[in-house]
Amino acid sequence: MEQGTVEDPSASTFTLTEEDHTLANSLRFSLNQDPRVTFCGYSIPHPSEARVNVRLQTTGDPASEVLRDSCQDLMLMCQHIRGTFDQAVLDFTNEKGLEDMDIKK
Amino acid sequence: MEKVSVWDLPDVPEGQLPSHIQLQRTRVHCNPDAPTHTENVQYSGAYSSVGVDNSLQLEQFRKNFRVEVIRLGKEDMEFDMIGVDPSLANAFRRILIAELPTMAIEKVLIANNTSVVQDEVLSHRLGLIPINADPRLFDYKSENDDPKENNTIVFKLHVRCERGGPRLTVKSDQLKWLPNGSEFSLETSAAKSTAKPKTYTTFHTSQETLHDFSKKPIAPCHPDIILSKLGPGQEIELEAHAVKGMGKTHAKWSPVATAWYRMLPEVVLLQQVEDERAEKLVKTCPVNVFDIEDVGKGKKRAIVARPRGCTLCRECIREDEFKQDVALRRVKDHFIFTIESTGALPPEVLFTEAVKILEDKCERVITELS
Ligand code: SF4
Repeated sequence: MEQGTVEDPSASTFTLTEEDHTLANSLRFSLNQDPRVTFCGYSIPHPSEARVNVRLQTTGDPASEVLRDSCQDLMLMCQHIRGTFDQAVLDFTNEKGLEDMDIKK
Repeated sequence: MEKVSVWDLPDVPEGQLPSHIQLQRTRVHCNPDAPTHTENVQYSGAYSSVGVDNSLQLEQFRKNFRVEVIRLGKEDMEFDMIGVDPSLANAFRRILIAELPTMAIEKVLIANNTSVVQDEVLSHRLGLIPINADPRLFDYKSENDDPKENNTIVFKLHVRCERGGPRLTVKSDQLKWLPNGSEFSLETSAAKSTAKPKTYTTFHTSQETLHDFSKKPIAPCHPDIILSKLGPGQEIELEAHAVKGMGKTHAKWSPVATAWYRMLPEVVLLQQVEDERAEKLVKTCPVNVFDIEDVGKGKKRAIVARPRGCTLCRECIREDEFKQDVALRRVKDHFIFTIESTGALPPEVLFTEAVKILEDKCERVITELS
């Protein structure tokens, strides 16, 4: 899935198949927040082809490594979002359950 | 904004953005003609010249991220997601609409249809019926797979309007679940075999014995969806096969009626608006964002009471009168998220599943990289 120059590992274009803006835009966000990234952007070459090209240039670290770290970051963020959301829903239903009981009293 | 000489500006503490830049970074400014500062500054080094780090610290994110549930019903929910980038909020919305699987009728075997609704129109209507079955308990059925108990749900519809009787309305509750699979036999096998005739499905066990289906039989989510109307003598006899699919293939598989978000509106009074002008300001807003506060001695003052209700219609800043007094903004990292489920899964489960799908996507990239 990786394309790019062999000589310079710090700049690569990655082709993600079966993906669209959903993942590419989120990845661009998390990559841009990484201080090692000098440039990052993505494009969808053709709307009827299910693929995105993610361009990544770094300050020196191998691009694939930076991309992997960003994916890891994004995953951890998702996990945190899921945990927080579940807790919020739980709190909300518990509170509502208590209120309902109060009404019956 | 008032014009001041740069020499008169207060010093900005090191490691902090000047207040107007911070405002541009965190708020969309909704001006009378067009919104400005709509972009999100994502690049980590965007503010390095003023010594501010714009990179993402996971710890920081964990500290700032909040979820507040506003409303939670069986089929819809509203919650606030605070401290998250729009790219993520949008990813969840896109996944909810297009990439969460559900079960929907894909194949309809019509034995008889003399109703006024044509076969293809009837099939399309059947396809759009939300089915109350947990899609996580089923597998995808690919082109070459046999329809089996783990990938297909079969419904039967057989209604007949007797001559001399009143007209009938066919509703979705007349779809009967067949846990043992199809009852229509294949023509080829019917000719020769003596054993159980081959049908359009090959179920090994009854679906009733699987999971919790005996306690919670599979049926359409809503019993009162009108499918067709029958006149005397008309009849519909068919079998409908539902399979697992995703909204990006066809909207019938979308688990949400819709899912959307909006950024939190922020209405700020830049100057005091008093007495008659306050009354007038309150009247201009069609959704009553402003309210009047008594400050004693018969004096009144306008306050912003319900900014959340603001629709950003810009009515209050349309005339010149209040242009200098009211600032309309949107908070860039505060999303009011609404999910309306079609009924197969409750909305809170849908959202958790959506987040899981984004996680899976990341994981896929990670495994392919290593
Ligand atoms: S923009 Fe419209 S809804 Fe919002 S405060 Fe002004 S008048 Fe009210």
